[in-house]
Amino acid sequence: MRNEIVWKVGGQQGEGIDSTGEIFALALARKGYYIASNKHFASRIKGGYTHYQIRVSTDPVYYHGDYTDILLALDQETIDNNVDVMSENSIILRDGNEESIEVKSRGTVITFPLTKMAEAIGGKIVRNMVSLGASAAFYGLNEDLFDSIIEDRFNKKGDEMVNMNKNAVRAGFAKATEYIDNKNISITPLMKPELETRRSLMIGNEAVGFGALAGGCRFLSAYPITPASEVMEWLKKELPAVGGTVVQAEDEIAGITMAIGAAYSGVRAMTSTSGPGLSLKTEALGLAGISETPIVIMNSQRGGPGTGLPTKFEQSDLNTMINAGHGEIARIVLAPSTVEEAFYMTAQAFNYAEQYQVPVIIAMDLSLSLFIQTVNKLDFNKITINRGKLLSDAEVEKNEERFFLRYGFSEDGISNRSIPGQKGGVHTANSNEHRESGHIDEDPVIRIKMMQKRLGKLAALKDPGFDVLGEKENDVLLVGFGSTIGVIQEAQKELEKSGLKVAHAHIKRLTPFDTSLTDYIVKSKNVFVIENNYTGQLRRLIQMECNTGKELVGINRYDGNPFTLKEILEQINGTLSKEGK
Amino acid sequence: MATLKDFKGDQPTWCPGCGHFSVMASLQKAASEIGLEPHDMGVVSGIGCSGKISEYTRAYGFHTLHGRSLPIAQGAALGNKDVQIIASGGDGDGYGIGVGHFIHAVRRNVNMTYLVMDNNIYGLTKGQTSPTSQQGFITKSSPKGSVESPVHPLETALANGITFLAQGFSGDIKQLNEIVKAALQHKGFALVNVFSPCVTFNKVNTYDYYKENLVDVSTFTNYDKTDRMNAIKTIREKNGLVTGILFKEDKPTFTDLTKDFPEIAIAKQDLNLDSTILEKIEKQFQ
Repeated sequence: MRNEIVWKVGGQQGEGIDSTGEIFALALARKGYYIASNKHFASRIKGGYTHYQIRVSTDPVYYHGDYTDILLALDQETIDNNVDVMSENSIILRDGNEESIEVKSRGTVITFPLTKMAEAIGGKIVRNMVSLGASAAFYGLNEDLFDSIIEDRFNKKGDEMVNMNKNAVRAGFAKATEYIDNKNISITPLMKPELETRRSLMIGNEAVGFGALAGGCRFLSAYPITPASEVMEWLKKELPAVGGTVVQAEDEIAGITMAIGAAYSGVRAMTSTSGPGLSLKTEALGLAGISETPIVIMNSQRGGPGTGLPTKFEQSDLNTMINAGHGEIARIVLAPSTVEEAFYMTAQAFNYAEQYQVPVIIAMDLSLSLFIQTVNKLDFNKITINRGKLLSDAEVEKNEERFFLRYGFSEDGISNRSIPGQKGGVHTANSNEHRESGHIDEDPVIRIKMMQKRLGKLAALKDPGFDVLGEKENDVLLVGFGSTIGVIQEAQKELEKSGLKVAHAHIKRLTPFDTSLTDYIVKSKNVFVIENNYTGQLRRLIQMECNTGKELVGINRYDGNPFTLKEILEQINGTLSKEGK
Repeated sequence: MATLKDFKGDQPTWCPGCGHFSVMASLQKAASEIGLEPHDMGVVSGIGCSGKISEYTRAYGFHTLHGRSLPIAQGAALGNKDVQIIASGGDGDGYGIGVGHFIHAVRRNVNMTYLVMDNNIYGLTKGQTSPTSQQGFITKSSPKGSVESPVHPLETALANGITFLAQGFSGDIKQLNEIVKAALQHKGFALVNVFSPCVTFNKVNTYDYYKENLVDVSTFTNYDKTDRMNAIKTIREKNGLVTGILFKEDKPTFTDLTKDFPEIAIAKQDLNLDSTILEKIEKQFQ
């Protein structure tokens, strides 16, 4: 028995690769397995090699795996692209006119007449269902594995459609079973998960949307961009039912400025974008800062700069997210590392935004945004709405002055807030430097007090800014942020197997930075900062914030693809052996 | 009920004689005449001399960024549809750096008013050629005369489906007041373009120039302000030098057409959701 499999389907874009992968993943999530995944795709609609890799495990996983155990290859290109990443005893299932079986060094290539089988049942459109059925058989799963999903997807189209799909799965399953029984293919069945429960399966962008909705967001304005658009699309579908709305803006600048307008009116508002969009939103980010308008911005990083690699993974917007904009503002940048965390952090982002009256950026990345993961049962009791110093109508009405002191000085630097429509709350929110009522004021004394107020507000934010697994004293400390959490966790386990003492710190808030990381850095013999960019943006940030003088070793990848476990281990072991440690 | 005095904000610093005084006065007067209270009104302005209107008018104000008053105002109008939102700015702000938003605001038709103070020049940066400057206009940025043809905001607005279009002149405050009042009462996106002379930097488009050249469409026999093609034709024929309500159409607004737009103002919605709602959403992922 095995506790996990890495399953992959590959072919040309437009051949149903995505839906095949989704059906496979959902079927296993419904059985209680954990799922991590990865997609390879190009910035085009039809054609071009694409694959969908799904790792199924009885234990929680957040990395899609180095090697593939079973590959459904819809064309030769898929085989060529994956032959080097097939695991020992793996299976490649391909479509062909004649049945054949060929045992190779790393595994078995099996050719089934998938298209012919599909045509015999109802048409080529069920070819992928035939291959799904076969892949279930190869891992000791049941032939009814996909039934509930087929019913959910095709019930509306009638029984004939449902039966056709079920029959296609069963035909594939029967054919694979025949091979297992008669052709001596040894199979290692997948263990049953500990708990047979339906797990939620979502992409990070849906989790951001859902977290926003649960966290009280009622307005989103955004411009379509890969890999962020799903936030807008999901909220467009869901927000109206809870009293909100979504506007597709004419450009990125309108995306953020409309959200600022809505936030000014008293609505919890957000915009979603990716690097190029964030660059365009920069001036407005400063407006949110100086006018102390609470907004949330989701930025899903992709390969930059310029248009860069629109469909590829990179973590190179870190500097921009923490620094973007002329002048100086207070901001919070949160970095979820799993889809589940994206839900909770997004909900929390709206509290932070209103409590501190600052813009909050949610730093996502393409892998986290687009690739499905299982999510544990969500605990909605964890979601609270804290609107900070937003006053009630009655409280605002007590003001008898001609102007409400929207930017009134206070001990914590955070001022009472009134919103349009509230009697007694009239003030001018301002992008220019201003006095307490919001009116323009360039007096140096006012300027200094306002700067100290705005830039000092976040001193009160003491929540932990990173998660750590391990002790303070280590042979090796691994540091990362975002979706690399899974592969780094696995690197930690592997290194521990070789007798090293290893800790893994994952940064969850990029600014304000939690400098208590310093202790771990000082007490660890070797520190590796693992990130997907060229210049080592996280490494340099840590050097600046923690200022230990210690050398941090950067492990960087910037070819548009996520790290493999193997390469991380090779780089770490290479460094350690060079130093004779 | 609020009086004109209640709408007076911070002390204006515009140059004496600036056209913007009349524009602001007409807005404040119109607001008091239609029974608005300062707290039920939001003035969102861009950057430039014109942008100061949100400082000098006592209402909920938002003095924003150069060229971005429109999307911010639309966000505010959609966020709380019970508040009367007025976006305001100048020709550079609205038809130069912000022109991309202008066309989309017109076609989106959110219920709000857009008040443009058009003085054909960049004033606050001390006198450069603007998008509405005439060809041949001489400034420090076009010492040999501007070579670009000016934008045509009125025709652009009409071509993109504006539902209320008017043009006024700071030298005729009575007419301006009536226009602004009608714009505030219009259901949908209302554009009021006002010729508002810059007495310091623009020696061409002066009060006298406009007095000499402007014609009021209400003096035309049988001017039909519901006829879009005729409005375009009239503006073209008069080279844009017309005043009055040029076009008006009753059409469903953005929120009317967005069938699932919340009935209660979004800013007033209760944010705490029953966990059964969230659990139901969670199920769609299983």
